[in-house]
Amino acid sequence: MLLTEEQRLVQDMARDFAREQLAPFAAERDRSAEVPRAALAQMGALGLMGMCVPEAWGGAGTDFLSYVLALEEIAAADGAVSTSMSVNNSPYCAALLKYGSDAQKQRFLVPVASGRILGAFCLTEPGAGSDASALATRARAEGDGWRISGVKQFVTMGSTAGAALIFATTDPAAGKRGISCFVTETSAPGYRVGRIENKLGQRASDTCQIVLEDLRVEADQMLGRPGEGYRIALANLESGRIGIATQAVGMARAALEAAIAYAKERESFGSPIIQHQAIGFRLAEMATEVAAARQLVFHAARLRDAGLPCLQEASMAKLFASEMAERVCSAAIQVHGGYGYLNDYPVERLYRDVRVCQIYEGTSEVQKMVIARALAS
Amino acid sequence: MDFDLTEEQRSFQDMARAFATERMLPDAAAWDEGKIFPEAVLRAAAELGFGGIYVREDVGGSGLTRLDAAIIFEELAAGCTSTAAYISIHNMAAWMIDRFGSDEQRRRFLPKLCRMEHFASYCLTEPDAGSDAAGLKTKAVLDGDHYVLNGTKAFISGGGRSDLYVCMVRTGGAGAGGVSCIVVETGTPGLSFGAQERKLGWNSQPTAMVIFEDCRVPVANRIGAEGDGFKIAMKGLDGGRLNIGACSLGAGRACLALAREHMGVRRQFGKSLAGFQALQFKLADMATALEAARLMIRRAASSLDAGSGEATFHCAMAKRLATDAGFEVCNEALQIFGGYGYLKDYPVERYLRDVRVHQILEGTNEIMRVIIARRLLEQGAAL
Repeated sequence: MLLTEEQRLVQDMARDFAREQLAPFAAERDRSAEVPRAALAQMGALGLMGMCVPEAWGGAGTDFLSYVLALEEIAAADGAVSTSMSVNNSPYCAALLKYGSDAQKQRFLVPVASGRILGAFCLTEPGAGSDASALATRARAEGDGWRISGVKQFVTMGSTAGAALIFATTDPAAGKRGISCFVTETSAPGYRVGRIENKLGQRASDTCQIVLEDLRVEADQMLGRPGEGYRIALANLESGRIGIATQAVGMARAALEAAIAYAKERESFGSPIIQHQAIGFRLAEMATEVAAARQLVFHAARLRDAGLPCLQEASMAKLFASEMAERVCSAAIQVHGGYGYLNDYPVERLYRDVRVCQIYEGTSEVQKMVIARALAS
Repeated sequence: MDFDLTEEQRSFQDMARAFATERMLPDAAAWDEGKIFPEAVLRAAAELGFGGIYVREDVGGSGLTRLDAAIIFEELAAGCTSTAAYISIHNMAAWMIDRFGSDEQRRRFLPKLCRMEHFASYCLTEPDAGSDAAGLKTKAVLDGDHYVLNGTKAFISGGGRSDLYVCMVRTGGAGAGGVSCIVVETGTPGLSFGAQERKLGWNSQPTAMVIFEDCRVPVANRIGAEGDGFKIAMKGLDGGRLNIGACSLGAGRACLALAREHMGVRRQFGKSLAGFQALQFKLADMATALEAARLMIRRAASSLDAGSGEATFHCAMAKRLATDAGFEVCNEALQIFGGYGYLKDYPVERYLRDVRVHQILEGTNEIMRVIIARRLLEQGAAL
């Protein structure tokens, strides 16, 4: 697909930054599980943390496709950082932009879109994963505001974010229409990091259990109207899913590039292994799969830029890209043979990092539910 | 054709399962996290006869068949895949000495190996000779009654910890015919090791490079005749492939059981996961793939036990199928666990990390296809 001059500039900028500032340190961060706050701040300064937010609200004011192009570059360098970028841009910034009042935007969007602080999204709970409407977190009215209690699970940047969107039930009798959305500083008393999870991959992105203990929020910290929370949670699903699909494409591309480089250099049976048909054909399949997934992603992104519905297209892009990416990263390990199993080569980390793309922002099973529902209607 | 296990096979299957459940499973996560090689547990396994499963009884082996071994390794791997896989490599090395060594060598090395008082490593791969193993470069030059070894072996399980290294080295010209098999004992001057490798999985067993620098090894430690080494190595691998395939079955079965349990307990959209057809079908496919792979492993084991000319062909097919199936089942189980599957608190991610390398070692699955295709394309090969 042909890109505009501006899109190409964004892509080049993100690629240069990712190659110079992220890729060389990704392996070490994976081992230390350290969140690269300085790099994320630099990304904020480059406008990467609130890309589609207008400049007036602290963002970069780009179109959605530019965001996708930049995110692929970041993901190709460090999957964990791409997750932080993804969550910050959408769902966090996108929800504030669409549903926030001007005062809320000033307080909670400007600092996050500009990358001065990070934004977290607290929806999933221990008992509410794929079925996101079954929330047990309660917000009880108290004076002019609310007190929120409950436990949130798998919160990306839960311990590093400065602000968080929190979904809680305000009217238990109303089911999913009784869910409301709140926004808070994470320094508020009652917002506590229960634990930081130890994960298979994406170790430089903190995934947290967040314990909410009588967290006080004022009336002006409710995003949208009472009972509108579930709609807000779902409103940016497409963007979030296109984002994960993009990350999957970026990580798969990195694995493919590593496999090609290795296959050109490694010799067995008297020739570089890329000359063995089984390896050459495998690389050909990997490259084709990456390109096909990228086109699904671009298609969904362009629909979104055009303001057209893209729920099904976003789900298809996420389903295909995330499953493709695992196949490609696994094949890249296989091309590396025993070396692929070692930490010394990037494909081992890419493989661990990319696996979660089939799980978060709706598992592959949930994407199939969405697609099947569209087919059945 | 009898698909049922004998009473004897069922009894040591039960014994292996009890050992895996009681002695391995509870500590497997800690071994993985701490990179602990559980020597005491390995010795306890040897007390049950798992240190030399198909080594002859006069030197302390259990004298069982390859089919018996496959049954045992599946059970042990369900407890801790990485540890079971090390036991499988140890058994392969011990068997090579038993099968191709002299009586003197058998009596010298095997009793301690069978008790796992000594640990063994199998050293074939080199940094530049992986799939193309016959291109190995480690030299052994005869000097009086010693060989002088120079070279490096890579990806050696047990490297740095084992007591005996069963090494394939070049004593003659290029190609497979110039390779001999020599046992190098730890402590031999000139034998050293690289740093411990950092790996995706298999953390309960050490992996390191084994380095020979003017390392003098008695000629009395050569197994078989000069030039027989590559053949011995490949014979060892036939059985090693079955064992590693069986280890994949064990990991897959453990994950299948965990996934089934999770599907019964976890509720979403108002019903248990077990009520969703998509997940039921997934479970059905997982069980079917495992069962097919188990049948192929046992069929290949029977071929090997019977000394069939098709044993290598069958072992290659079984290894390819079982290691792919075992990995797929672990991966599907991880998906059924959703976000929890990605966390270290749940065992599925460890099984997945451990089992991934089975598609790479003992001959990559690409090499299995080379072996299978070569046989298929031979003049008059039966289909």
